[in-house]
Amino acid sequence: MQSGRAIELVLLAFASVLTTGALVLVEANQEQELTRMLLYLGAAYLGLLTVAHLAVRKLAPYADPLILPCAALLNGLGLVMIHRIDLARADRAAQLGNPEPLLFAGRQVAWTAIALVLFIGVLYFVRDHRVLARYGYTCGFVGLVLLALPGLLPASISEVNGAKIWLRLSVFSIQPGEFAKVLLMVFFSALLVAKRELFQTAGRTVLGIELPRPRDLAPLLVIWGLSVGVLVLEKDLGSSLLYFGIVLVMLYAATERVSWLLIGLAFFLGGAAVAYQLFGHVRARIEVWLDPLGNFDGAGYQIGQALFGLGTGGVGGTGLGAGRPELVPFAWSDFMVSSLGEELGLIGLAAVLVIYLVLVTRGLRSALAVRDSFGKLLATGLSFSLALQVFVVIGGVTRLIPLTGLTIPFLSAGGSSLVANYVIVALLLRISNAARSPVTGRPAAPATPLAEARTELVERGGTP
Amino acid sequence: MNTPVRRIAVAVMAMILVLLANLTYVQVVKASDYRNDPRNQRVLLAEYARKRGQISAGGQVLANSVDTGGRLQYQRRYANGPLYGPVTGYYSIIYSSSGIERAQDEVLNGSDDRLFVRRLSDLITGRDPSGGNVVLTLDPQVQRTAYEAMRQRDYVGSVVALRPDTGEVLAMVSTPSYDPGPLADPSAEVQKRAWNQLTGDPDQPLLNRAISETYPPGSTFKLVDVAAALQTGYTPDSPVTAASEMTLANTRTTLENFAGTPCGAGATATLRDALARSCNTAFAELAAALGEERLRDQAAAFGIGEADLAVPMVVAPSSIGDIADTAALQQSGIGQRDVRLTPLQNASIAATIANGGVRVAPHVVKEIQGPDLSTLDTIDPDRVGRAVPGDVAAAITEMMIAAEDRTQGTGKIRGVQIASKTGTAEHGNDPKNTPPHAWYVAFAPAQDPKVAVAVLVENGGDRSLEATGGSVAAPIGRAVIAAALGSAG
Repeated sequence: MQSGRAIELVLLAFASVLTTGALVLVEANQEQELTRMLLYLGAAYLGLLTVAHLAVRKLAPYADPLILPCAALLNGLGLVMIHRIDLARADRAAQLGNPEPLLFAGRQVAWTAIALVLFIGVLYFVRDHRVLARYGYTCGFVGLVLLALPGLLPASISEVNGAKIWLRLSVFSIQPGEFAKVLLMVFFSALLVAKRELFQTAGRTVLGIELPRPRDLAPLLVIWGLSVGVLVLEKDLGSSLLYFGIVLVMLYAATERVSWLLIGLAFFLGGAAVAYQLFGHVRARIEVWLDPLGNFDGAGYQIGQALFGLGTGGVGGTGLGAGRPELVPFAWSDFMVSSLGEELGLIGLAAVLVIYLVLVTRGLRSALAVRDSFGKLLATGLSFSLALQVFVVIGGVTRLIPLTGLTIPFLSAGGSSLVANYVIVALLLRISNAARSPVTGRPAAPATPLAEARTELVERGGTP
Repeated sequence: MNTPVRRIAVAVMAMILVLLANLTYVQVVKASDYRNDPRNQRVLLAEYARKRGQISAGGQVLANSVDTGGRLQYQRRYANGPLYGPVTGYYSIIYSSSGIERAQDEVLNGSDDRLFVRRLSDLITGRDPSGGNVVLTLDPQVQRTAYEAMRQRDYVGSVVALRPDTGEVLAMVSTPSYDPGPLADPSAEVQKRAWNQLTGDPDQPLLNRAISETYPPGSTFKLVDVAAALQTGYTPDSPVTAASEMTLANTRTTLENFAGTPCGAGATATLRDALARSCNTAFAELAAALGEERLRDQAAAFGIGEADLAVPMVVAPSSIGDIADTAALQQSGIGQRDVRLTPLQNASIAATIANGGVRVAPHVVKEIQGPDLSTLDTIDPDRVGRAVPGDVAAAITEMMIAAEDRTQGTGKIRGVQIASKTGTAEHGNDPKNTPPHAWYVAFAPAQDPKVAVAVLVENGGDRSLEATGGSVAAPIGRAVIAAALGSAG
């Protein structure tokens, strides 16, 4: 089997060229000086990617060659777009005589570097993804703590713009929930693989659907409670939805039983109905969703502006740097999609969606190909989490579903999300490496419950 | 475990497809709705980048955009800023716009439908798109005379001059004025400083008093009484009371003539005399005799109470207020109580009488031009309707000539017969000790009117409590008439 590393390098170079081209377009349209500096920036980005590529070549030589270039291209596009909105905001501030606003592009570049360091770190320290299964409960505990931390800390440390999901440290802020998401997926994979049979135990059959025994519903109830907790304590509708959806799909993948999905869906509908009745912010979101333009002067302003931007962009878009994406509040983070849609048009957004689709399907392909259950389940969860996040964010911005306030992976400004998503990519690469590497010298992963798998040979670092 | 993973992959593809379908709906099906929504500023903002058209009057450029080559490509320049400021208005990035800059924005920024063909050819030839031009009806000579007359005396107030037969506004002055230039400055600092200074000024230089502020008309409102009376059986020679004071109906409030003098020597005076001497008691009784309805109808016929008047700047509606009882009617008859007119409205009443009773809508814009100065549209006189029959208008004119003959103040023009009415309007919580507003409405030449004016000087001008319409406002009105006749003839 070919390792595909050469393809990866070519694609990474292509991603750098696209990113540099996008940057040149932005600068040209914003009437900035076109200097050789832009080429250096593009080269620097290629340099960063090359380091990541070399790390993959060394640490996961058989990894899927498409995953990293997809992430890199999305990340590059995001950087260009954040820089473009920075220019517009600085311009606007200068016109109004306000002080220069906080620029996000520089920070995002720094976060990209940090993310790549962590990416390499994960590849280096996790030489075999199955090791993670042994730390399942640890991951779960740490994940829970991280998840609950902002909700329990005083608002002065954890609240930004009404969302209690932050840890505001002296120099920078992080969203511990982003990392909790990855850790909890590791935990659930380990848990579900270990207790699979328990959940597969037959219950009663109703209308041709096998229902699980009531006491086996416990894990679902736990995650449901967790989602509600996140919703109540942190007012974070999006994450709540995300956790619930991911766990549901992982349960389904582990048990192969559709009844879990149906029960989960019923739980979701019930929870949604209760949340609508109890929480004003949920109700407000729904009202804005139903009629954003009717509430344009109030809560509907953001989504209304986003729709105006998308409509103005149309099929072909206004061209990079030639639109007015900065009219949408939070155009650089939650509403990055509307910025892209305005300037790149339907064509550009469709291309972005295809990149996500390639990324997710390559992750799922690794899940299919890898031999151990834990790897399968983890890869499925990680890939699906990306897909669900993309769906919830783009669906929210384009008014397909109510807006929930998540950032889109790799594109939006926001360090924690970027770092966590690169960790996801690293884990997917690690799993795909195991899936694609030649079987010689490597025992097949036993399809045994984890409890008995303790004795299996786990490859340590240093032996290729 | 592979079957569910495959199904999940299919579900993911379905999710992406749903997103694509919805995006197609938003960006293709609904796109033009969203693009053309009036609340979508994007199209508008694109027009900021266009070269804005110029505003001119009488061959002079009042406002135009010059290419500075800077970050904000075009800068707005106002020649003679303070002279025309209230009419042109300002065009500021931070503080929006006012005056013609706002009212004719679509023409100036090039989005007006009349510029469509031009826009299309810009698109095809790749020429830099630019806005259309607006030509005003203002006569620079008359405008300057009116403005200088007010400014030199440091008066706070307004002058409006109209051409009676067309409704063209020859002069529209509001003092103190301001220079719109700094508000259009590319430097935000300059804009902010100018804005803070202008909005902090107690004399409100940004207020266009000619159209945006209403004042009690005082005795100038007696023209409306006379117009109503002459259509209900009165003649200029009809007798009215000459008493020096009276008690308002069902009250203990007394109403007295100016300086407490009787209206001539007899027990009664003619209506003509009463108007010339501006006797309050006579008109208070006349208003009561005519009744509220007739007075209200006549006021409406002159345009008072018209709510959506735009010249094309929006004009504050004038009103005669709610008239609760006869006492209120008597006070309203002499232009007090809740009667409130804009200077433009008062000028329009004079112009209507001058035009033989036919009211023509006042307007400031004469012509819309393409960027190449070709005429795209001219604004024709809009005859709104007849306010009074021709013979009544002629009778009022004759009475106004008599009034002018009795009016003091300097500046009478040799060989030109003016028809006029003065007003000295009380206002404030303590009217006797608050300097009155001085009014002068007039037109000339009386037999073949070429210009109608209204002059308003707030708070007695430089004469404070002693001020009268004749002593303070009349000289300015006559100077404006002289200027208008000079440049007309």
